[in-house]
Amino acid sequence: MGIKIRNRVIIIAALIVLCLLGIICYPASEQETVGFPKTFQRLKENVRNRIRLGLDLKGGTHLVLQVQVEDAINVTVDLAQERLRDELRAKAIPANVEKKTEDHKTYLVITGIPQDKTNELQTLVTEQFPDWDLTRRAGDPSARELSLKASAAAAIRTQALEQSKSTIRNRIDQLGVTEPTIAEYGGQTDYEVVVQLPGVDDPSRVKDIIQSTAMLTLKIVQDGPYTSREAALAAHGGILPPDSELLPGRRETGGEGQGAEAWYLVNRIAAVTGRDLRDAQPRPDENGRPSVSFNLTRDGAVRFGRVTGQNVGKQLAIILDNRVVSAPVIQSQITDSGRITGSFTAQQAADLALVLRSGALPASIKYLEERTVGPSLGADSIRHGVVASIVGLLAVMGFMLVYYRGAGVNANLALVLNLIMLVAALAYFGAVLTLPGIAGVILTVGMGVDSNVLIFERIREELRMGKTVGAAVAGGFEHAFVTIIDTHVTTIVSALILFTFGTGPIRGFAVTLTIGLLANLFTSVFVSRVIFDYMLTKREKGEAISI
Amino acid sequence: MEFFHQPKIDWMGKKWYLIGLSLILLVAGLVSIAVRRGLVYGIDFRGGTLVYVKFSKQPDLDAIRGELKRVNLGGATIQRYGAALDNEVIIGLDVGTTASTDALDAGKRAIVGALAGQYGVGPAGKVDFNNASPQTVAEHLVVADPLRLAYKGSDEVLSGYRQLAEALVNFRNSPPHSGLIADFQELRGVAGVTPAVLDTLGKDFYLSQYAVRNTEIVGPKVGTDLRRQAIYVTLAGLAAMLVYIWFRFELIYGVAAVIATFHDVLITLGIFSLLNKEISLTVIAALLSLVGYSMNDTIVVFDRIRENVRLTKRENFLDLVNRSVNQTLSRTILTSGLTFLAVLSLYLFGGEVINGFALTLVIGVIIGTYSSIAVASPILVFFYQRAGQNRVGMKPGVIERGAAGARG
Repeated sequence: MGIKIRNRVIIIAALIVLCLLGIICYPASEQETVGFPKTFQRLKENVRNRIRLGLDLKGGTHLVLQVQVEDAINVTVDLAQERLRDELRAKAIPANVEKKTEDHKTYLVITGIPQDKTNELQTLVTEQFPDWDLTRRAGDPSARELSLKASAAAAIRTQALEQSKSTIRNRIDQLGVTEPTIAEYGGQTDYEVVVQLPGVDDPSRVKDIIQSTAMLTLKIVQDGPYTSREAALAAHGGILPPDSELLPGRRETGGEGQGAEAWYLVNRIAAVTGRDLRDAQPRPDENGRPSVSFNLTRDGAVRFGRVTGQNVGKQLAIILDNRVVSAPVIQSQITDSGRITGSFTAQQAADLALVLRSGALPASIKYLEERTVGPSLGADSIRHGVVASIVGLLAVMGFMLVYYRGAGVNANLALVLNLIMLVAALAYFGAVLTLPGIAGVILTVGMGVDSNVLIFERIREELRMGKTVGAAVAGGFEHAFVTIIDTHVTTIVSALILFTFGTGPIRGFAVTLTIGLLANLFTSVFVSRVIFDYMLTKREKGEAISI
Repeated sequence: MEFFHQPKIDWMGKKWYLIGLSLILLVAGLVSIAVRRGLVYGIDFRGGTLVYVKFSKQPDLDAIRGELKRVNLGGATIQRYGAALDNEVIIGLDVGTTASTDALDAGKRAIVGALAGQYGVGPAGKVDFNNASPQTVAEHLVVADPLRLAYKGSDEVLSGYRQLAEALVNFRNSPPHSGLIADFQELRGVAGVTPAVLDTLGKDFYLSQYAVRNTEIVGPKVGTDLRRQAIYVTLAGLAAMLVYIWFRFELIYGVAAVIATFHDVLITLGIFSLLNKEISLTVIAALLSLVGYSMNDTIVVFDRIRENVRLTKRENFLDLVNRSVNQTLSRTILTSGLTFLAVLSLYLFGGEVINGFALTLVIGVIIGTYSSIAVASPILVFFYQRAGQNRVGMKPGVIERGAAGARG
């Protein structure tokens, strides 16, 4: 055969080998760089490892959650309220500061500002509160509103989202989920995150771990425990002492009333917070019951040592998400470590340690969507998909043989190569195969053979018009080419739109269809042509081709 | 072999019959949608909770309903799913059933709790094998050590039993068991299983009669978001096609193609409504593929029309369109037929999950081909016939944009 054809055949052969290697080779361990399978069993395993399966084929959980970024705004406004009160007191401005929430906006209202102090207030705000705007309040000349600048508020919201995403990622990593996906979802102002957990078919534990705010604080107990909030208030004449707060918890010491609600009066300022934690591990306590042991950072240890040293004999409340978990008595100065005990199971202790290690969430989480595919359904879907693909492929190939005879063999060879390239591309790019993705493969088979039909029909027409075989083949490919490009482009454009707007399974469909059609451009135009050219050189002059 | 040997059918002459057929299909579909007060939305767009459960025996739907009523879920819908042999059931809750402040999965937990109460109860101290994870199975095997691996060292023991547990669970999950084992003896065939292993399983585990295969919970916000997005995406797809064909041909060709495709989408939605089938996200994806496919087909005919316009000097546009359609008929029917074979295979053998998607494509392939001939081409003819009358001495269908303009 001619040089040109031989070169082309070599290119195609090399491509086939490359594709096949990509599909069947997978290293068994770190030592093996090229895992060429030596047994059929190994071959099946390799292929299964090479192709990444989507959740709907492997089984797993898909979660969409929304980060309640307004929580972070709330915290910022609270802190600003504290600071403003301190500043006003320092500058002897006798005004009142209240927090107000209206129409999803949280801001501060300052009332009772004396006439002569308004300018001072303005200067104070400009200097000490650069992210805030001071505006007049309708209907009250002695009042002002302090609200966050739009840009500052937006920055806080974005930061809350980012921090939440990384905390969630941290927690999921520690759970040992293989290949999870954590990504932003939806529009700019939605603050939604999509989490995909392959292989997790009971998501309740994971959901609880992701959602737990895990704000740990340690505060000195001033008084308590009381049986109810009212009892605590009554004991202090109805007013809480300054810089203190009431928190609920459970009575845990043995004997009467164990497990009942107990209220503690604690210092408002925390001795140690979650930020001071260096590590947390589940360890059994002295009685062998599950508990969580934690280590503090250097700064945290210094502060902790000071506070415990000054308060020996008092109780230290260990507070998780504003609930007192336990309140042991400080026996002596403690510096760098502590233990949280409670009625934990081993699992609960491990989960709590995990959550403390990953850091607190800056905002709470609300779940919007949850889909769980069990592995048995995934296996069923794979089987259905494979059966449908094989039946479809055989039907199409059979038809092509009957209708186009010799040329049908040509088309079938091109089709098989098309599929090999498609699967190899999925393996090399690590693209995820989903059930609609398998449908995309089937659609590629149906539409891919379309290109060949176009060419063959054109060749038949050219032959009918009386052209020689060689000219007919050339004419067929030439005229059909433009139409093939057109049809592939329109389908690929709709696939791209699907990819942009779709999630998981639909993206899988868009990906396989696009790759399949791009490969089809190559196989139906280049490969088919090479096969035709080869057959043309083999036949006698003037002999008809089988089409 | 050849189906259509140089057909010479007068398509445009029969266009009123074809348009009539289209109108009948359209009206039937629209009436059905009106009667059902809108499209039959799947959970993706409606929101709500769906739990897919497989039972080992034919489930008594009334018993299930009774059990659910006891936990205040009387409003749940229960329907059979898939082949009768599979004993599968879908239990569904409306999005409004759970209060907005409840956790998203409150409904699902209640359903699973009710099922466990009736079908999952086993002897105290035993674990349900049908709903156990490989870790749980491995843990019990390690403790009991039926294969007497203890002498090999704890690492070997752990990994050995983990592998065995995974093999057992994989076997349970694969077809034909698909998640439910009725008798421990069925596990005999798994590699590495000895009678001692089966003994341990029998001692530590029991076999419940149900297995949860799939759950879907879509909150109300996501449902409305997706509905809006689906409409935008479909319109975006149509717009993109219009621009592309305008660019490759002429504006009127683009308009004709878009109207034809829009007609296809409406008829498909109408047929879904007539058959009372749900519109899910994958159905929308299939609709978009349908848009692409219908365009394909229309482009093939338009390509031929454009080529003939360039080549012929004197011809009535209507006759030219007829000739173009006839010339491409063989190719059009063939490719549609082949694609139809492929998606028909998907519809018949692809399983329940992808059924809506496959049905959309099956309908779409047929209607898409039909619309290129029956809708897109007549629109072109209408336009040029009217335009032609207004241009004296002008041959209708000529693309008049300077010397190079004929290439479109």
